[in-house]
Amino acid sequence: MGIKLKALTRSPWVYHLSTGSCNNCDIEILDCLTPRYDLERFGVVLVGSPRHADALLVTGNMTKKCIPRAKEVYEQMPKPGVVIAIGSCALGHGVFKGSYVIPYDVDEVLPVDIYIPGCPPKPEGIIAGVAKLLTMLRQKA
Amino acid sequence: MSEIIPIGPYHPLQEEPEFFRLHVEGETVTRLDIEIGYNHRGIEKLAESKSWDQVVFLVERICGICSTSHPAASINAMEDLGGIEAPERAQYIRTVICELERIHSHLLWLGLAGHFIGYNTVWMWAWKYREIVCDICEKVTGNRQSYAMFKAGGVRRDILDEDIPWIRKSLDKLKPALDMFKGAVIDDPVIHARTKGVGVLTTRQAKDFCVVGPTARPSGVAIDVRKDDPYFAYGWLDWDIVVLQEGDVFAKAVCRVLEMYESVKILEQCLDKMKPGIVDLKIKELPAGEGIGRAEAPRGEVYHYCLSDGSNYPARYKVRAPSYVNIFSNEVACVGQEVADAALVLAAVDPCYCCTERVIMVDDATGNEKTIKGSDLVKLSQDKTKRIQKSLGL
Amino acid sequence: MTWKNIEKMIHESWDKKIQKWYAHNANRIYVDIDPKDLVAFSRFLFEDLQARFIIASGVDTPRGVIEIVYHFDFYQLPVVFSLRICLKKPKPEVESLAGIIKGTEWIEREINELLGVTFNNHPDMRHLILPDDWPEGNYPLRRDQ
Repeated sequence: MGIKLKALTRSPWVYHLSTGSCNNCDIEILDCLTPRYDLERFGVVLVGSPRHADALLVTGNMTKKCIPRAKEVYEQMPKPGVVIAIGSCALGHGVFKGSYVIPYDVDEVLPVDIYIPGCPPKPEGIIAGVAKLLTMLRQKA
Repeated sequence: MSEIIPIGPYHPLQEEPEFFRLHVEGETVTRLDIEIGYNHRGIEKLAESKSWDQVVFLVERICGICSTSHPAASINAMEDLGGIEAPERAQYIRTVICELERIHSHLLWLGLAGHFIGYNTVWMWAWKYREIVCDICEKVTGNRQSYAMFKAGGVRRDILDEDIPWIRKSLDKLKPALDMFKGAVIDDPVIHARTKGVGVLTTRQAKDFCVVGPTARPSGVAIDVRKDDPYFAYGWLDWDIVVLQEGDVFAKAVCRVLEMYESVKILEQCLDKMKPGIVDLKIKELPAGEGIGRAEAPRGEVYHYCLSDGSNYPARYKVRAPSYVNIFSNEVACVGQEVADAALVLAAVDPCYCCTERVIMVDDATGNEKTIKGSDLVKLSQDKTKRIQKSLGL
Repeated sequence: MTWKNIEKMIHESWDKKIQKWYAHNANRIYVDIDPKDLVAFSRFLFEDLQARFIIASGVDTPRGVIEIVYHFDFYQLPVVFSLRICLKKPKPEVESLAGIIKGTEWIEREINELLGVTFNNHPDMRHLILPDDWPEGNYPLRRDQ
């Protein structure tokens, strides 16, 4: 377990899952890969399948229709894997609190390891959050 | 032999992740089924429990890319309801924000279309120059997205005079980039081969499906809310709408590139013509009645309808995002196209960046289902580009 | 065509069927008609006057009836022309427009699932934005939900 976790913190491959968001957070995540912020130089790669992912970036409100899909994606991610909740919606629904199609919080459906607040969080905020998580994991490993 | 390919994209229109089922025979698409609802967040019902001021913040988060167009339509509806005329300086500032958003949205689309075709450099360059626009937005409004600038009766923040020279300089940095993209799209033979004649939406189909925006204008339908029902400062400025006739993906790309030039034109005129003055009428209440507000988002006409009973909360709030009608038109635009072009045709109406997450291939003849990933559909598209490049000797 | 011409043509053909004509301002017209005249009037607007269907909004009014407002515009003109019909509960129903205007298919599905209105002869009535396992009879936009 220790070796796996250590390897994971070196260059995490991330899978992005949107569970009913306005896409602001999703764009800021993609922005992290563009030349200005360039997460790829740290080895962070956006993968096309949860089976190759070390970390799950979750945005959005976890609408009713998305719950089965989110659980499926989490099961497919090889463990140990971490879940990062990004944006106010993933934290506590933001402006959408009280809607009839959003019965649960994201962390009632998936085990979230770190929360990054903002609406949307700036790319610097996302990078800082991810870096904090990696440090936490390295200390654990 | 017929197969069905489901594509489950995430969408920023009504902003849902949609789910497409492509029925395929061999390499040709025969039918398209569309399923939406993953992003349905019950906004219309929520709006009934928010105050009029809060509604503007709520609708801003319908879509992150068009995040200014919904508040624009929203305050147009409220001002229509109350017969309110916002101050002149506020109208210019609102126009500036809307056009900045248009440029950033079209650059975003250009980047994604480039990615689908396989030109990842176009993607990186488009999103790099998008950062200039995001910086201007941050300077003016305080945020890169979700600007929180609009309210019924004015805007929340003024543009400082000392910022204007910096904004002009940033726009000047953008112009050579637009020239580069124009050349890259209009002159590239591979892009011609990939997009001309692909995903054609005829004028008749465009009218039957009631499509709007850069899905309608490249098909010969000359509608643009900014010209037809002028709001903000659009009626006071000199600019043109972009209309083409072919209706294919190429026309849609050219339409968006040329619109960015018009946006820069509008922005510069606003900065020239803006005079000092108040920016907010400080409206305290809205009367009972109905209000209709429209705005031209980068994707087309956004339509808001509100019903008021005189209280501080809407009795009914109806939102119609442009992609609601545009995505439906894919049902005809996709038919007869190759599977490798499907990703491009679906993206051409500019649904959302987060397109395909999962695609299912259903074989109509045998009924067997095969799951392939949305990223595989994009790969099919990129492979087709490589084949064409090879055949052109590039 | 100018709005003046269009207005004249509407009055010539439909004056007797218009229950109420309200102009909120020069560019926002609301017309009340009987639900049974909806299809013919919409066909007239879409085919004869070349109007564009924008969207339809359903409201569960405090008076106890369900109102549906169909919004049309005329391409390059600034006027939005809205047709209003009132449907009685407990079983509000009206003829579908999907046969005439393709663009009404989705919104009729949405109004059906959010307000419980039946659209007779709709080609493909199934859930649009709510999940398929949404409880039957639960209409989120109704006042009593």
